[in-house]
Amino acid sequence: MFALAKNELYRLFLSPLAWIILALSQLILAYLFLSHIDYFIQVQGRLSAIPGAPGVTQSIAIPLFSNAATLLLLISPLITMRLIAEERRNESLPLLLSAPLSIVDIVLGKYLATYAFFLLLLLLISLMPLSLAVASPLDYRLLAAAILGLSLLLASFTAIGLYLSSLTKQPAIAAMTTFASLFLLWIIDWAGTNADSSGLFSWLSLLRHYQRLLQGEVHSSDIAYYLIIVATFLILTIRRLDSERLN
Amino acid sequence: MSELLYAKGLSRFYGEQAVVKELNFSVKKGEVLGFLGPNGAGKSTTMKMLSGNLSPSQGEIIINGYDLLAEPKQAKAHIGYLPETPPLYKELTVAEFLSFSADINKIPRSAKKKAVESVIERCGLTEVTKRLIGNLSKGFQQRVGIAQAIIHSPAVVILDEPTSGLDPIQIREIRQLIRDIANEHSVILSTHILPEVQMLCDQVQIINKGQLLFSDTIAGLRQQMQSSSLLVTLLAPPDVSILTALPAVNLVEQISPSQFRIHYSPDNDPSEAIVSLSVTQQWQLRHLSSEQHSLEDVFMKIIQNEQEH
Repeated sequence: MFALAKNELYRLFLSPLAWIILALSQLILAYLFLSHIDYFIQVQGRLSAIPGAPGVTQSIAIPLFSNAATLLLLISPLITMRLIAEERRNESLPLLLSAPLSIVDIVLGKYLATYAFFLLLLLLISLMPLSLAVASPLDYRLLAAAILGLSLLLASFTAIGLYLSSLTKQPAIAAMTTFASLFLLWIIDWAGTNADSSGLFSWLSLLRHYQRLLQGEVHSSDIAYYLIIVATFLILTIRRLDSERLN
Repeated sequence: MSELLYAKGLSRFYGEQAVVKELNFSVKKGEVLGFLGPNGAGKSTTMKMLSGNLSPSQGEIIINGYDLLAEPKQAKAHIGYLPETPPLYKELTVAEFLSFSADINKIPRSAKKKAVESVIERCGLTEVTKRLIGNLSKGFQQRVGIAQAIIHSPAVVILDEPTSGLDPIQIREIRQLIRDIANEHSVILSTHILPEVQMLCDQVQIINKGQLLFSDTIAGLRQQMQSSSLLVTLLAPPDVSILTALPAVNLVEQISPSQFRIHYSPDNDPSEAIVSLSVTQQWQLRHLSSEQHSLEDVFMKIIQNEQEH
């Protein structure tokens, strides 16, 4: 499982895609980060007059994490699309299937590798607000909640992407379906805002749970939500690959 | 137990259609088993089932004492598999790829370096270890595929059409390599090329439409291939009944006024009798040749025999 994960991560970094995604997402988020700082400096004088006004963390780091989630929603399908679909297209899946590995090993290996990549991306993103510590006191608890939130969000993106990649032979189709699914789960609570009966929809929303974490509220129910999503899609992937041998 | 791989009642259905029906066979230590059959006969499906890529609808597969369905991990540790398209990561170098294959085949870290080096040497990959697999020729890619299959010294190596798509020189090299492998491992290979089977295999299984039609040693197949008919041209032929009356002749077909096909019982060639009679009786012999059976003939014969039974 770990050998597979190591190889998967290594191969990911052999492709220019991983580097480009790391570089460009850094570029875009750095720009947003700087513009948040800029705005904060402009309004800083007025904010200091208001008691209980948002601090540095709340007005710079949290919007950054909110932007990062949207950006990652767009780019994570590009990383997850190749996981199984590309193996299928290259007909390299028999290598793993005839090795003494179980399907669980294969799925978890691929999942861990991709998640490790996203955690690296998360680390790079987190370094931006952390760099403010040089000049200003930070609310580390709020920041930790935001980092936890984004890491859980990425875990569920990866699981959903992995499952959709296991359904097809074409990476492009995997990317498109992953993007559509993630986007749907993102906006599904819009239906919940105008009706009282749609508690389920708002509970399903990836965004709703993330927003609570961004406000510094760490509820075990939100964490459980993400863990359920991850487990569900990993099990679906395992079942999918298993059933392929049967049918 | 000397049987390293043993399959019983192996069947595979796609919906209602049976692709492989009730195959039974076994491979002993050091034996090379060839699956021969036309395209679409179910060879690849059988290979996929043996390697654990596809579960059989019915039947069991025992590899080195482990049931492939009940204990897949232990059983798979004893097989190496090369599918029709070699499963390679083209962005890796040969050495990186083989090191990865060693890892997923659970070769302990201490033995890994040696295993990779030995397999590189055995498969003739020494010059290309640092090159990307994607940039290698088809022949070398095939070798990497074979290297991957034998890196963990499996009991049984399963090769699915190992020489398809290669040029004649590469085919010769790959066959040589397979012969070397057969010294240390049992090999199951599928092919539709008869000479390949004659060159490499000890046991032959001919399958068509998923059914086992013929299963024998290579000597048995040779016997099947042996001709039992003569093509004779006589400018002044006698009556057909005279030819039919010759010892050991079973049947005489008249192809044209002067051409005959003479079928005889195996091990009793009437050529000499015909030659000497043609001299004494002045039949004016112009042509006499024993007919060679091609794979198609053998194949058709076996299929016909099957249908008669």
